[in-house]
Amino acid sequence: MKKNAYFGLTIVIAILLVLPFVVPNSFYLDLAVRMAINAVIVLGLNLLIGFAGQISLGHAGFLGIGAYASAVLPTHFGWHPLLAMGAGAVITGALAALVARPIFKLKGHYLAMATLGLGIIINIALRNEAQWTGGPDGMPVPAMGLFGFELTNDKQWYWVVALLLSVSVWASLNLIDSPFGRALRALHGSEVASQVVGVDVVRYKVAIFVMSAVFASLMGSVTAHYVGFVSPNFADFFHSIELVTMVVIGGMASVYGSLVGAVLLTALPQALATFEGWETVVFGAILMLSMIFMPKGLVPTLAAKFGKGD
Amino acid sequence: MLAQFLQFLFSGITVGATYALAALGFTLIYNASNVINFAQGEFIMLGGMLAVFFTQAGLPLPMALLLAILIPAIVGVVVEKLAIEPVKGAETVTLIIITIGASLVIRGLTTVIFGKGTHSLPAFSGETPIEILGATLMPQSLWVLGVTALVVIALWYFFNRTLQGKAMLATSVNRLAAELVGINTGWVLFMSFAMSAALGALGGILITPITLTSYDVGIMLGLKGFVAAVVGGLGNGLGAVVGGLLVGILEAMGAGYISSAYKDAIPFVLILLILFFMPRGLFGGKSTDRV
Repeated sequence: MKKNAYFGLTIVIAILLVLPFVVPNSFYLDLAVRMAINAVIVLGLNLLIGFAGQISLGHAGFLGIGAYASAVLPTHFGWHPLLAMGAGAVITGALAALVARPIFKLKGHYLAMATLGLGIIINIALRNEAQWTGGPDGMPVPAMGLFGFELTNDKQWYWVVALLLSVSVWASLNLIDSPFGRALRALHGSEVASQVVGVDVVRYKVAIFVMSAVFASLMGSVTAHYVGFVSPNFADFFHSIELVTMVVIGGMASVYGSLVGAVLLTALPQALATFEGWETVVFGAILMLSMIFMPKGLVPTLAAKFGKGD
Repeated sequence: MLAQFLQFLFSGITVGATYALAALGFTLIYNASNVINFAQGEFIMLGGMLAVFFTQAGLPLPMALLLAILIPAIVGVVVEKLAIEPVKGAETVTLIIITIGASLVIRGLTTVIFGKGTHSLPAFSGETPIEILGATLMPQSLWVLGVTALVVIALWYFFNRTLQGKAMLATSVNRLAAELVGINTGWVLFMSFAMSAALGALGGILITPITLTSYDVGIMLGLKGFVAAVVGGLGNGLGAVVGGLLVGILEAMGAGYISSAYKDAIPFVLILLILFFMPRGLFGGKSTDRV
């Protein structure tokens, strides 16, 4: 790991430590928790999209599996929330691994289509199996407890997700500089060239896809417990697009870009609430403008401008 | 038995024709620019909504329909000029997000102007069903199928018999070579967005008397059009038409015989299966990658 990468991590941890003491009220604390949750998901997705160069337009589906595992298993079968969370991750991992091999024979738009289709199928299933999932209305999620201690208020949740985020940033930085990460970046650069030097291209793609899917599933469970409610919208196409947008606006193949993207796009709907009725128009316009003027994303663009590496 | 099958078949090819028009739109733009236009569904929506708006405003039907095709075509061109042309050669993900941004702007503006209500359009030539072997066929279905067939023939003529059409085909095969022989590829890009928006709008207008329309119908219709285009092999015009009809028919059969709740999932299950076994769609040629 490079020295300045550690420096960035220190800053992230410092911000996370100070934040709860400077936010004016619980509204902003709640926003901070949701930003941190999205940031972890986006970190995982950026490993897939930014570093390995593989697109997924169905990641909200994996989020949905995790969230609904945490809702359905404790409610209908009396499972412990942690066990349910683990089960969600296992189901997601297995599903991702099952479809990954045939999917990653595909490239570009065909890959986009396949992942999009997978996400939509998961969403439709969640919408339709009303006897388990509550259908389009969604269902409540029981509280997360551990050793008789229940996570109830926003402050407790904040420290949990802050810890998760710090660990994820540290793990991502390490992963990128590991042989695994170098292989991913190599296959992004040129698949043929990386094959020639002995990278098992499909195996690495499958591994990173499964990993980012499991990341998403775990954070889906966390969100479900935090919000206390799940609905199929959580797993819909638009949410998948939002996640991809966070990756791209922050900066592809940039760890800190993922954090910036997640923070900005989580805050944006709140900021747009003032444009009564025009939110969708303004949101769409911002997506277009930022991609037209900063196709590489915010952090890499700024980094290039000020002559510093990420 | 037969009557029921025919009934599903009729509704399948009717919807399938709309998917085919949308898929042709995807194909045109993909060939001209390698962009998958995720705003394609919004042109379908826009066509239907504008047709409703103009007929309610008292315009005669042909006039209303003409405007409902012309305006989306202009919107398509504006999207191309403002959002696609400036980012030539950007990464796939970037282009996908730009076209999704465009679709949000179009959908948002439609909501601001027309509200969130559901609208219907009177059928073009009455509602008296035609009986065929015990199944009923609405006259509007004949309009959908007839117009789609005419459009396909017209497109075939355009691409095979006119200089402009051949110029567009040439650009899709090799942009640089096309430019070298003097083809204005900027014009080709412009035309392909106008044509594909118009095709989508036309499909949206034709199907509205049967399925109704509202500000949010574009997403699913567009995605299914994308499925249809991929089923046939991206970039293949004939494949897009066959893909559209196939998706429509299988969806109607699946809804009728298996589960109507999972109707919307059927195209996506189909595309996953096809891509698993035929990674370039049914009619996609073998590809060789340049290293």
